[in-house]
Amino acid sequence: MNADNKLLSVNNVVKYFDISGGFLDQLRFKKGRISLEKTTVKAVNDVSFFVKKSEVLGVVGESGCGKSTIARVIMGLYPPNSGKIYYDGKRIDNLTHKQMLPFRKKMQMIFQDPYASLNPRKTVQQTLEEPLRFHHPESSNKEIKDKIEQVMEQVGVDPAWIKRYPHEFSGGQRQRISIARGLILDPEFIVADEPVSALDVSIQAQILNLLMKAGRERNLTYLFITHDLSVVRHISTRVAVMYLGTLCELGTAEVLFANPRHPYTKSLLSAIPVVGEKRAKHIKLKGEVPTPVELPTGCVFHGRCVYADERCRTEIPALQTLDSGTSVACHAVAENRTT
Amino acid sequence: MSHLLEIHDLEVKFALRYGDITAINGINFTLEKGEKLGLVGESGAGKSVTGFSIINLISKPGYISRGKIFFEGNEISSYPDEKMRTIRGNAISMIFQDPMMTLNPVFTVGFQMIETIRAHREISKDAAGKIALEKLKRVHIPSPEKRLDQYPHELSGGMRQRIIIAISLLTNPAIIIADEPTTALDVTIQAEIMDLLQELCESDNMALILITHDLGVVSQVTEKIAVMYAGKIIEYGSTDQVVTHPVHPYTEGLIKSIPGTMIKHGEDLVQIPGMMPTLTNIPPGCAFNPRCYLKNKICTEKTPNLKDVGQGVLVACHMKEQRI
Repeated sequence: MNADNKLLSVNNVVKYFDISGGFLDQLRFKKGRISLEKTTVKAVNDVSFFVKKSEVLGVVGESGCGKSTIARVIMGLYPPNSGKIYYDGKRIDNLTHKQMLPFRKKMQMIFQDPYASLNPRKTVQQTLEEPLRFHHPESSNKEIKDKIEQVMEQVGVDPAWIKRYPHEFSGGQRQRISIARGLILDPEFIVADEPVSALDVSIQAQILNLLMKAGRERNLTYLFITHDLSVVRHISTRVAVMYLGTLCELGTAEVLFANPRHPYTKSLLSAIPVVGEKRAKHIKLKGEVPTPVELPTGCVFHGRCVYADERCRTEIPALQTLDSGTSVACHAVAENRTT
Repeated sequence: MSHLLEIHDLEVKFALRYGDITAINGINFTLEKGEKLGLVGESGAGKSVTGFSIINLISKPGYISRGKIFFEGNEISSYPDEKMRTIRGNAISMIFQDPMMTLNPVFTVGFQMIETIRAHREISKDAAGKIALEKLKRVHIPSPEKRLDQYPHELSGGMRQRIIIAISLLTNPAIIIADEPTTALDVTIQAEIMDLLQELCESDNMALILITHDLGVVSQVTEKIAVMYAGKIIEYGSTDQVVTHPVHPYTEGLIKSIPGTMIKHGEDLVQIPGMMPTLTNIPPGCAFNPRCYLKNKICTEKTPNLKDVGQGVLVACHMKEQRI
């Protein structure tokens, strides 16, 4: 498992959420009979990928495509309905809470909204020392204090502000503190879920630079989730594009952005507004994203795809690796119908 | 007085317990028929307040403390509320960021559209319904007849924003003010909505004020751009010129800090140090001086005014005006 440098592997992960509600909400009246029916949101459907050591894997997609769900499944915040997750060769999706502890130290998460992800009643010091005291109960107060100061300096927050509360900081500063919390246990792997989406452009650049610097200095591996394609293009080694709970294309950032193959990726990339360029006609998709409650048969994208044919409507396409190294899940690409 | 809209030395204050704070600090700009202007800046720069003050929607404790707004030569900033209603939502429409908040969830789309028309024109419900249907067709909504009887929650985000645009078109306005119209939407939907706005402005010769923080969107849609910082316009000019050759250090930093424009993959982005001052705590002189790499003594003493630096670009910066 480790021979090819995989730090994390996600194999055929499926995650459904039951939203049917209580007993009465599940009652249906059909053909003169009363029956119970469950409603499930099919958030992630059979997704497989791996993350190599010290790379940045960007995951992009529109709202509701399952990118945050997959991140939470990896972190063990949601149990997957089926599928396996391996970290450094060891299966982690079926571990007990106690068995999971050593992995929690190595895997950390940074969330989108720095207003919601920091406890408003805890000072910066309390926020940062809690993980240390929990995972390293043997360390002395002095060690903890030194560690906190070192990490705060690294993320660019003055250690003199250690006794302050989150509300005394701006959005950008708060995000630095959340990053400090993510770094304080010296993790190997960080899942960053939209870490810059809530920030203004000039602050966004500061935080992206900080994440890249921390990545270089600490040899971190990132799973970077965002809907912002220019951010992903800038920082990712490889990029995974998701649509309606499935992975439709995965390749190195360079190849994927220069030569997108999946019809959805093409349309998505053509929609990015670029500063200083007049609108190049973007590829319009027909229709709207279907709900993940009733997934389309076959390829989930077929209803909006110009290349869709009978096979697309019935058979789910598998991810296939092309000569360029990019993997694409599309019958039309496999049959060379897209050119 | 030949401009469609003219903002003259506008100042907007908010009266708070600890004194007045200035949200807009003396801005000037004009808008011509069919012109598309982008108002860009970070949160708190005063771009939305500018939009609101044009149609006099500043609510208490905010008030226009100085300056005049002219629409088609009439000073609308002094209109009493009743008279303002003949302009607001009629000759000047506004589109807001969140389409779910703008539509009333308990009325059908058709009801809300007909109500809007009948607030401004004395026509029958049937005639108003016809106009509503026609406008829904213009915003390319699939099966428009069906939409009239639907409630907002039955529609997707992109569709709701199209309905909002259709509502803003009902009275054939001369100006549409769009306040972050696509921020809540996904990129593919954003591209469609922007295409639509552009198409409508061109076919109807409508003027557009596009308020956004997204320079990419502005550079694709608008002809003119005004960059705002701490309640002031700090750079104004043709969009192409400003985004390709920004003069003000703030505009320059803003454009260079966007990934993928001028920086190679994986390299550090240009970052503007610090953050925008809060309105209660604007530094003396040029408000940008604590973050500026060109900062000089004069920048902390005197507030720079907009000066022509050539190519029709106006810039408020002491250091740049000296150089040119």
